[in-house]
Amino acid sequence: MTINTSRRGFLKSAAAAGAVLVVGVRPDGALAASGSRSMLTPFVQIGSDGSVTAIVKHFEMGQGPSTGLTTLIAEEMGLTMDQIGYDFAPSDPQVYNNTLFGPMQGTGGSTAMANSFLQYRQAGAAAREMLLQAAAQAWGTEASALSLQDGVISGAGNSAPLGEFVEAAAQFDAPADPPLKDPSEFRLIGNPDVRRLDGAAKGNGSAMFAMDIVRPNQMIAMIARPEQQRATAISVDASGAADIKGFIDAQILPNAAGVAVFAETTWAAMQARDAISVEWDTTNAETRSSSDIEAEIRAALDAEPTYNVNEADMDAVRAAVDGAETVIEETFYFPLLAHAPMEPLNCTIEETAEGVILLHDGCQFPTIPHGAIAEFFGLPFDKVQIKTVLAGGSFGRRATPQADYQMEAAMAFSLTDRSRPVHLVWSREDDLRSGQYRPAMGHKVRVGLDTSGAIVGWEHRIAGQSILKGTPFEAMLVQNGIDFASVEGTFDSPYQIPSASFGLTDTPKATSTLWWRAVGHTHTAYVMEVMMDMAARAAGIDPVEFRLAYLTGDEADQTRKAGVLKLVAEKANWGNPPEGRSQGIAVHKSFNSYVAEVVEISGTPEDGIKIEKVTCAVDCGIAVNPDIIKAQMEGGIGYGIGHNMRDQITLTNGVVDQFNFPDYEPLRISDIGEIEVHIVPSAEAPTGVGEPGTPPAAPALANAIAAASDLRIASLPMDDNGVFFA
Amino acid sequence: MAISLKLNGKDQTVEAEPGTPLLWVIRDELKMTGTKFGCGVASCGACTVHLNGEPVRSCQTYIEDAEGAEITTIEAMGDHKIGAAVQQAWIELDVVQCGYCQSGQIMSAVGLLTENPKPSAQEIDDYMWGNACRCATYQRIRAGIQRASEILEA
Repeated sequence: MTINTSRRGFLKSAAAAGAVLVVGVRPDGALAASGSRSMLTPFVQIGSDGSVTAIVKHFEMGQGPSTGLTTLIAEEMGLTMDQIGYDFAPSDPQVYNNTLFGPMQGTGGSTAMANSFLQYRQAGAAAREMLLQAAAQAWGTEASALSLQDGVISGAGNSAPLGEFVEAAAQFDAPADPPLKDPSEFRLIGNPDVRRLDGAAKGNGSAMFAMDIVRPNQMIAMIARPEQQRATAISVDASGAADIKGFIDAQILPNAAGVAVFAETTWAAMQARDAISVEWDTTNAETRSSSDIEAEIRAALDAEPTYNVNEADMDAVRAAVDGAETVIEETFYFPLLAHAPMEPLNCTIEETAEGVILLHDGCQFPTIPHGAIAEFFGLPFDKVQIKTVLAGGSFGRRATPQADYQMEAAMAFSLTDRSRPVHLVWSREDDLRSGQYRPAMGHKVRVGLDTSGAIVGWEHRIAGQSILKGTPFEAMLVQNGIDFASVEGTFDSPYQIPSASFGLTDTPKATSTLWWRAVGHTHTAYVMEVMMDMAARAAGIDPVEFRLAYLTGDEADQTRKAGVLKLVAEKANWGNPPEGRSQGIAVHKSFNSYVAEVVEISGTPEDGIKIEKVTCAVDCGIAVNPDIIKAQMEGGIGYGIGHNMRDQITLTNGVVDQFNFPDYEPLRISDIGEIEVHIVPSAEAPTGVGEPGTPPAAPALANAIAAASDLRIASLPMDDNGVFFA
Repeated sequence: MAISLKLNGKDQTVEAEPGTPLLWVIRDELKMTGTKFGCGVASCGACTVHLNGEPVRSCQTYIEDAEGAEITTIEAMGDHKIGAAVQQAWIELDVVQCGYCQSGQIMSAVGLLTENPKPSAQEIDDYMWGNACRCATYQRIRAGIQRASEILEA
């Protein structure tokens, strides 16, 4: 059956009236300016009507770059935040590349501000200098005599709105190295009163997420999927859906990974998907259960590691531990975890009248689906465009090396005559059951202490499922066979631990594995910080003092990590919890930021633990937007604590056991008390905030539970391992 | 079948089969996208709307059960006394992150403040329990409801 639809014209947006000045960079990174958007894909666009628009190259999943990057432009141009707007950048890996990723546009690794901080300020500064120069020319004076403040250029007895000089400024070349404002002049950067630019729209229902895109004459597509991971479709019988009003068609995807079900509405697509029957080939399907995965990982931890991560003399480290006065040993297990962003995955694909394939997507890594879609349709790169819209969360899920959901949309679209846009929609069940999980990982650690309680040896084995092997990121992030994402946060910890060895063994994947907010740090921080706590208690030394003893170096790594640890201890009144409460502490460096957290609980594991308060200290360099940083810490803490309290994805004979939120229960408002965040003042370059709040949260909770009860939780989630949460 | 609805004070007639969730009528038929789809099983609260002033999960409310009722969505909250106060508090405290759950959070918060103008933190937790936020904006939601209460009291 073919899909017969009428082709509709694609409306071109009317060309913007009036002159513009656009400032950005050329592919070689040099600043450039133009009077035409068609000549340059910019970071900032200024209209002769005085409108200023930041072009934000990072997508917005709630972590704040739309506000943050716009702030950088506004700061250098002397604007107030209500004098500037923003648009998301189109897909262009040459100009909008993440400078920390290479020629690739993408948001991840908590790098949005780190890689944009100078770039966007330079663009704003160049625009300012060009406007001042144009005004100076008009007024017959020197640019140095003029200033741009609140949208007005003034000086030398003159004053006029910046828009008046846009046309003239666009005739100049961009300055190669425009002067940036001195931090003492900042009005917006570091200002705790700068509010989010997306706040109002997200509170009144007008914010447009990918799910809200409705293209004229669009169809909905949902994918019928096999129960077992990696089964393939052989045939489909859609007769059961024939009577469902709005059902259009059901066809096997070109890669046979599922069946595309087309309908006029989402509800019709959902009903039709349930009504069709599909015959699946399970020859190559996954058949293992979670217990098999765990057994593989535990067996790997008992064997010699495949990789010697820090090229340590493993025999010498083992001898040092064996010869120690006290040996503390623990084996940890971390289950598969789903990201479960609030907005189920979805995107819309259409073909324009010009023959361009256009994707509307809350797109985290535009370059990957851009290339994959172009290749799939046999089109040149410039015949595919991506329009990035708001994403309702991601936590890493919207960035996959395979462009998984975008390619499902492309494959479904290819089954049609391409005359109607196709909006691919996932259900929550698709989200939880379709693979792409934080991998299952295990750690086995032996720590030796001498009679004074000092560490004399740290033998650490890691085993689990690689994220990056077999992906395009392997070349960059897998070295000598070692997947950095499996070990980050261990061998490279700022702790100065004498005689330490870190070994890694890969175990087979049962599902696709994917970075999940804070990636490897989600398990490595837990292990490092629980072991430090166990060692401190075995040594009879206060856990803060014990940690500080390994942070005495004068490198930034030690001083900054020690700094957040001391600050959080002070702010949380460490060691003096209120009556009936227990405290636990953890500190971890990730994504070049340092975060320490104290979790304060009441109750016991048997009667019910209640998380009363979390205190956090963060050092992320210059705090561009302090309130967004606090929000990211709050959210990161909730994300880390919620999953480790009670979430896991399990498999039975290759079939995911969880369906929807009732069996992958999100953190709820009643689960967690007040969170108090303190930011370390800093003049260092900004570093990540989206992820670093997550890693210390669960170990700080685990350490608080141990302080309350002597229960050490080494396998997660906690509620499956002896803890009842009130 | 044709079903008559009163949505945000306006009479509307939609074509929908019995058993169709109100959520999909609002989103797919009426193209009002402020009400969100999060789980489809009434377990996240993203789809919360008011039916005769009471918050309900529109993903589990059949269209025939909404016939004749006053349905209110997030789009009408700007003109609603309590809704506008909650929205103002949300902006003051920058409650939102990704924002996808916030329409539902606000509809529930308005429901709470309608029946309890000055809720305690515990009462907020008890009432708002069913509205999940994967960004974990919970303490700002708590503070936002208390701030809205202050605004309304002033």
